[in-house]
Amino acid sequence: MQKPKTIIEKIWDQHVVHQEEGKPDLLYIDLHLVHEVTSPQAFEGLRMNDRKVRRPDLTYATMDHNVPTIHRHIIKDQISKTQMDTLKSNCEEFGVPLADIDHPDQGIVHVIGPELGLTQPGKTIVCGDSHTSTHGAFGALAFGIGTSEVEHVLATQTIWQAPPKTLNVKVNGKLGKGITAKDLILAIIGKYGVRFGTGYVVEYTGEAIRSLSMEGRMTVCNMSIEAGARAGLISPDDITVEFLRGRRHVPKGEVFEKVAKEWKALATDAGATYDATVEINADEVEPQVTWGTNPGMCIPVSGSVPNPEDAKTANGKDEINRALEYMGLEAGQPISSVKIDHVFIGSCTNSRLSDLTRAAEIVKGHKVKSGIRAMVVPGSHSVKKAAEAEGLDQIFKEAGFEWREAGCSMCLGMNDDIVPAGERCASTSNRNFEGRQGAGARTHLVSPEMAAAAAIEGHFVDVRKFSIPTA
Amino acid sequence: MEPIRVHEGRVYPLNRSNIDTDQIIPKQFLKRISRQGFGQFLFFNWRFDNEGNPRPDFSLNDPKYQHASILVAGENFGCGSSREHAPWALLDYGFKVIIAPSFADIFNNNCTKNGILPVQLTEEETQLLMDRADNENDYTLKVDLENKRVYDSIDFEASFDLPEYPREMLLNGWDEIGVTLTYADKIDQFEAKKQTL
Repeated sequence: MQKPKTIIEKIWDQHVVHQEEGKPDLLYIDLHLVHEVTSPQAFEGLRMNDRKVRRPDLTYATMDHNVPTIHRHIIKDQISKTQMDTLKSNCEEFGVPLADIDHPDQGIVHVIGPELGLTQPGKTIVCGDSHTSTHGAFGALAFGIGTSEVEHVLATQTIWQAPPKTLNVKVNGKLGKGITAKDLILAIIGKYGVRFGTGYVVEYTGEAIRSLSMEGRMTVCNMSIEAGARAGLISPDDITVEFLRGRRHVPKGEVFEKVAKEWKALATDAGATYDATVEINADEVEPQVTWGTNPGMCIPVSGSVPNPEDAKTANGKDEINRALEYMGLEAGQPISSVKIDHVFIGSCTNSRLSDLTRAAEIVKGHKVKSGIRAMVVPGSHSVKKAAEAEGLDQIFKEAGFEWREAGCSMCLGMNDDIVPAGERCASTSNRNFEGRQGAGARTHLVSPEMAAAAAIEGHFVDVRKFSIPTA
Repeated sequence: MEPIRVHEGRVYPLNRSNIDTDQIIPKQFLKRISRQGFGQFLFFNWRFDNEGNPRPDFSLNDPKYQHASILVAGENFGCGSSREHAPWALLDYGFKVIIAPSFADIFNNNCTKNGILPVQLTEEETQLLMDRADNENDYTLKVDLENKRVYDSIDFEASFDLPEYPREMLLNGWDEIGVTLTYADKIDQFEAKKQTL
């Protein structure tokens, strides 16, 4: 009998083009996603060396990082415009399909890949973006790469990679009522820190993971990189198959049934072993809020901002002190007492239809607290249309939220959607780094439900205690 | 890229952990479409105040560290975004070697593709180097990639590990795509086999 294998090993073995002693493996790439910020230098490199894109049919580009989410065609920043125009001309020159700013398929690259069915179990997927790990939710081996590697994949459809170590993140039991995938992944990073995944590919396993929707799984896998892991994935099951059924780039009819069987067979074998395992009990997870300047600096909404004196090392103490100073918080302050100025619901972590639906349920019948600027930025044009068909835009707008066009927006503020210095944002995005949402901006990462409730109350509240009106 | 065999240079200590690529180069500078000219934006929000004046309390602005080419920092250096603008900014500013107890994976890769040598030493060793750079004037290190060793002129000597593949790339300054294209027939075979499945 064959040795039991993890899904990571199975996908790896199916993609090795060349193996030799003293070298990483040469790995074939099934899908290369491209956006405007990390690709111009790669296309320029091809041009300089008179090279072609080997497989434009396995490459797909969109514009997301820079695009305005309002007044789509008034791009004040000429350098942003140049970057978008450059992507367009590069895609034309090299024959790469592109969903540009006017295209009905435009959206955040990690939202549209799954939406179009480009993302499929068993594929190797890369993109010049660290949140490529999102696609791992489908049982794909998906990881972020730098621009030199983008150029390498464009030219060769391969990448040199040393076989990764495998890490099982096992989530025991069930998540409590009102606890989301976002709370789970923040709690995992809060417990084990921002580097426990470095050098590993993570597989998320356990009952709580199996119970998550595909959107929830994408939220979890999306933030693998915040734990240091380039890739994080989940073995495919019926939930995966049903999500993909009927999507544009997925086979139809009998072929689909055959492929679906192959997908499910990729799941990690019983008895397969990992290089390391960490565990967390789902029933311990509360709604999470980050207080500091990396995603590991996170506490339950019932908790208080840590005291530097409690740090175990001098460096740890410095780190907490610096974060408190940047965030404008006091040690020991209850996080629920922190007042916010902005609310951002969006990003590749939490901008899918179900994210918006759940936030809208909280918002319905309420008003955004006076003085708070709140915005919803759907992850893709399709998400926006679907949300509008369900009337979610009306719920948000009536409450006082701005309803925008699709893009990365305030997650990193490369367009005009910026949090001003010293102001505080409850954000459904993935990074609370210094200056991430704008120089001097203070970011608190939360779930869409928690962001919605904070918008109404003006500070963080336990969304489970938030009364939903009986209309 | 420029090959790197032995590098000797001034050390700049940045005693912080988890320095993410948003700090190395903030998002507002990612809009350029060339690889050059990013050094002026390195650590921008730490180096400059809101008016664009150098912050005197940020150590890289200390004349003592002018022309430093070896950066020593805390663990998990380069975490976060995959932006290769981070190594481009470091290189353009003049850094050829980065020493830390650990590096983020994508950043580590991005360095070796651009001729920057990432050297992993222990926490004790990096702490000692940072302390010496802090206390001495013009503290320099010699980093020998051929023998995978680091020395100072006092008594420090340590060895480091680097997998053979990136080491060879750095030593020779190879164009990786050129190397891979010598395997084009294997890629063709792989694709042909995939087609018949």
